[in-house]
Amino acid sequence: MSFPLLTVTAAVPAVGAILTAAVPAARRTAAKWLALLVSLATLVLAAVVFVRFEPGGERYQLTESHSWIKDFGVRYELGVDGIGVALIALTALLIPFIVLAGWHDADPLETSSKRWRPTQGFFALILMVEAMVILSFEATDVFLFYILFEAMLIPMYFLIGGFGDRAHSGSDENAAAQRSYAAVKFLLYNLVGGLIMLAAVIGLYVVAGNFSLTEIAEARANGSLEMATSTERWLFLGFFFAFAVKAPLWPLHTWLPNAMGEATAPVAVLITAVVDKVGTFAMLRFCLGLFPEASKWATPAIVVLALISIVYGALLAVGQRDIKRLVAYASISHFGFIVLGIFAMTTQGQSGATLYMVNHGISTAALMLVAGFLISRRGSRLIADYGGVQKVAPVLAGTFLIGGLATLSLPGLAPFVSEFLVLVGTYARYPVAGVIATTGIVLAALYTLVLYQRTMTGPVKEEVRELPDLRVRELAVVVPLIALLIFLGVFPKPLTDVVNPAVQHTMSDVQQKDPQPEVEAAK
Amino acid sequence: MENLIALLIGAPLLGAAVLLLGGRRLDKAGHWIGTLLAAVSFVIGLALFADMLGRSADDRALYQRLYTWIPVEGFQADIAFQLDQLSMTFVLLISGVGTLIHVYSIGYMEHDERRRRFFGYLNLFVAAMLLLVLADNYLLLYFGWEGVGLASYLLIGFWQHKPSAATAAKKAFLVNRVGDMGLSIAIMIMFTTFGTFAFGPVLGATGETSEGKLTAIGLMLLLAACGKSAQVPLQSWLGDAMEGPTPVSALIHAATMVTAGVYLIVRSADIFNAAPDAQLVVVVVGAVTLLFGAIVGCAKDDIKKALAGSTMSQIGYMILAAGLGPIGYVFAIMHLVTHGFFKAGLFLGAGSVMHGMNDEVDMRKYGGLRKYMPVTFVTFGLGYLAIIGFPGLSGFFSKDKIIEAAFAKGGTEGWILGSVTLLGAAITAYYMTRVMLMTFFGEKRWQPDAEGHEPHPHESPRSMTLPMILLAFGSVFAGGLFSIGDRFVKWLEPVTSFEHGHPPISAGAITSATVAVMVVGVGIAYLQYGRRPVPVVAPRGSLLTRAARRDLLQDDFNHAVFVRGGTHLTRSLVYVDHTLVDGVVNGTAASVGGLSGRLRKLQNGYARSYAVSMFGGTAVLIAATLLMRAV
Repeated sequence: MSFPLLTVTAAVPAVGAILTAAVPAARRTAAKWLALLVSLATLVLAAVVFVRFEPGGERYQLTESHSWIKDFGVRYELGVDGIGVALIALTALLIPFIVLAGWHDADPLETSSKRWRPTQGFFALILMVEAMVILSFEATDVFLFYILFEAMLIPMYFLIGGFGDRAHSGSDENAAAQRSYAAVKFLLYNLVGGLIMLAAVIGLYVVAGNFSLTEIAEARANGSLEMATSTERWLFLGFFFAFAVKAPLWPLHTWLPNAMGEATAPVAVLITAVVDKVGTFAMLRFCLGLFPEASKWATPAIVVLALISIVYGALLAVGQRDIKRLVAYASISHFGFIVLGIFAMTTQGQSGATLYMVNHGISTAALMLVAGFLISRRGSRLIADYGGVQKVAPVLAGTFLIGGLATLSLPGLAPFVSEFLVLVGTYARYPVAGVIATTGIVLAALYTLVLYQRTMTGPVKEEVRELPDLRVRELAVVVPLIALLIFLGVFPKPLTDVVNPAVQHTMSDVQQKDPQPEVEAAK
Repeated sequence: MENLIALLIGAPLLGAAVLLLGGRRLDKAGHWIGTLLAAVSFVIGLALFADMLGRSADDRALYQRLYTWIPVEGFQADIAFQLDQLSMTFVLLISGVGTLIHVYSIGYMEHDERRRRFFGYLNLFVAAMLLLVLADNYLLLYFGWEGVGLASYLLIGFWQHKPSAATAAKKAFLVNRVGDMGLSIAIMIMFTTFGTFAFGPVLGATGETSEGKLTAIGLMLLLAACGKSAQVPLQSWLGDAMEGPTPVSALIHAATMVTAGVYLIVRSADIFNAAPDAQLVVVVVGAVTLLFGAIVGCAKDDIKKALAGSTMSQIGYMILAAGLGPIGYVFAIMHLVTHGFFKAGLFLGAGSVMHGMNDEVDMRKYGGLRKYMPVTFVTFGLGYLAIIGFPGLSGFFSKDKIIEAAFAKGGTEGWILGSVTLLGAAITAYYMTRVMLMTFFGEKRWQPDAEGHEPHPHESPRSMTLPMILLAFGSVFAGGLFSIGDRFVKWLEPVTSFEHGHPPISAGAITSATVAVMVVGVGIAYLQYGRRPVPVVAPRGSLLTRAARRDLLQDDFNHAVFVRGGTHLTRSLVYVDHTLVDGVVNGTAASVGGLSGRLRKLQNGYARSYAVSMFGGTAVLIAATLLMRAV
């Protein structure tokens, strides 16, 4: 038996989480370092996965398969394609920065007792989420994926509800209530989505007789597994609904601004940059892979929802007064682009969507973490409480601007590549949708630059006069992220190399070919 | 030789990286590093130019391919460069004028504590602008296009602590983004039509698609050009952009970046040649902007804003010429180059005046400055003569050719366009004479400021006057140099193609008319501002004057429709999202799932108990699945 690399990649953060939680109360700093080391070890493993993966080889590689629940044909089955590899890399890459950025977010308050333990819990939960997310990118058994999809809600719930942003307006009690509301709302939305998916998972089992993604997809392709049109559509909708809640797609998005606003900035990044990607990833892998005909049937409606998300999310971002909620709405707009790219069903669109997942993760992390550093200095999330920060903290302002420029997809930074691919890929099949989506580039510039102008420029506000510039730990978070944004902006080949073949497979799943250019078609 | 192309961009890019990342250590040497690297780019440009002249006219283009930027099935975006005569012209203009303005900035920004950063941004601009004109495909051009937009944003807002500067920077970027949408969509149409967006294959295959497609591409490219080149209806940002330091106005908002739209159209000549409808729109945009900018230029008392109106108007000439097709392309570019010289010179002169006048920009508070700053006066004066088309100077040759070409368009259109360009020439002579008289002639009108400091006008340091002198040479001689023996036409013809226009009246008559309207314009201005003292407080003025002072009310329109309308829209959407979308989705979930009772509990503050019960459910689910295995 070969070395179970995928299992180990997920197991390391899981075991690390338990060890971190077990560190004695007084040794908080040791727990932090342990968590950081574990996340770095996971990053190394993810890098090994990235290198070991052969883009030209089998669709699913590094596979593992063990019997689990025999009676129901549930198996512990793992395997990665290029899309999974890219997203595992993103996850493993972001977690060390999230840990480092959240270094002091769970420190005891002055009023806390000596036996304060949540610090350990905070980092343990982050590692636990990492383990589950990585495993969900690896799972090729539908039931195993479902379990993980649901289980990751538990650590996320505690991270949102238990460790709120300490910068808030109003009383502590009020803030605690808001936090609880956000956490429960997050849980509710996702559980409802999950329950509907559970019904679809059971339905799929009834029809197919097992849970193996590869077996079912193969049986679908060679005709040995027929599905009635209506059955396929219902099952598709069951899966899609859950993923659309998680992604999140309009109108199921309202939990995200609450969750991202109330959580600490690193946890907000964990939500939008890491956990939510499971939703869009699953659309590509499960919706398109298992239900190609129903996917095509639903495409017009989904394209419309995606367009609404793009424009609506951006307009709402313009109207926000809270920095973190603004970033949350911007993310909703960006998720619209990802969904659009997936359902445009062109190679450019889907490659773009996959790159978008990675690039959005990095750019949002950069913007949100710097925003978090800013917020922690001033103790307020309101845009109006800032002004002229550029003068007192130029490095902070500069990195914030670069994060913002990435968010508005400036060429030269990674998100441009993915956004343009999505636009081109969409236009090729749906010209009107492509043009409407393009308005997103104007709106993105609007909310980003208005945010920058109001917080960073103008006369220095009295309350920000003493703000220190970025510290070494914070620079260690921001600088690598920015370097990565630039690198992937001018040389995205390492990513496209692994993603392209996977997209080809997905395209053949849904039996779609790219529209031919007019000039060639004429020949 | 072609391997040098990347170095053209690489040198200033390196400068930008070093200066912006280098930190305080480089504060003392930063401006020298920046200037040196811009100069390196110019020298490489000269070497490539000499090499190019050594080859025959049809064999002058050089290509350099670095690597594939975005490799996705069916979508090949390369980092690859093309240096032909058109690009070469721009390379020399950008790096040459760019270097001069670096030199000028050494003195101009001497007392600014963030001078190093300023030079970093200038280097960044030069690199991006060179990328724009050297790209061999539209997507890479787009990279440069947004890159110069970023540099422009950073430099307009260089004095960010001034809210007006920060607002102007944001406005410039946003309005440009509207134009960028056009460029994006144009590239998308190209991709679905031709399967590529590289210049060669696209421009070579225009015959294989419908005129409708080409018209659509052309109009989208024009939208992009309107944004970058401040043409109606996307012109509103340019006046505000004068908030940036004056060297920036000279380099970016006069000589180079704002002319990128002209480059885009001339580069895409094959598309426009095959899309007459798009061409007509180009011509109309150019003609409208030509008058629009000129009228605005007449009413402004802020010297930089008057010059900005002028820039808009002069680019209108270029756009109009580009819309005329093969009879106009060459002259669009020729005017672009001569304008690059004299307008950069005029802006540097304005900066020199401000430098000596405590940064005062109101021309009503100048007067009689020729005695105090002779070098500035003479160089500015030569630029002035060039722009109004004084016979023998640069602007005379290039503008005259455009007016001829406009008449040569033929038919009623030709007469209309010809008259518009003539009228524009008269107004140009009027507003420029006004600027000249208000600034350098008449009695001194400055007074002590609120703190009692009286300006002591003085000539600027050598580092500032030297670039002004060199640009004045260009303003005087470039036009003649280009026109004698049709040198410029022969140089560009292999790229842009050229046809002789046949105006309905003789060229001599047109030239006489051009000179005549110029004299009329100068004369009226002299009667108003030379014979009479200039009031320090602006008179109320006619309705048109008041409208022109407010940029012909376009800002008011934008504000009423887009800003206020947009604010209302976003505010109401925020409300809708909070109450309606959230409420309906929550409500649906509640009624479907029978959760309404629990939701009420949630609102009553029993969140924890509720959450615990949900967890209970999930935990049971997982436990059950795990147990299944044991069974």
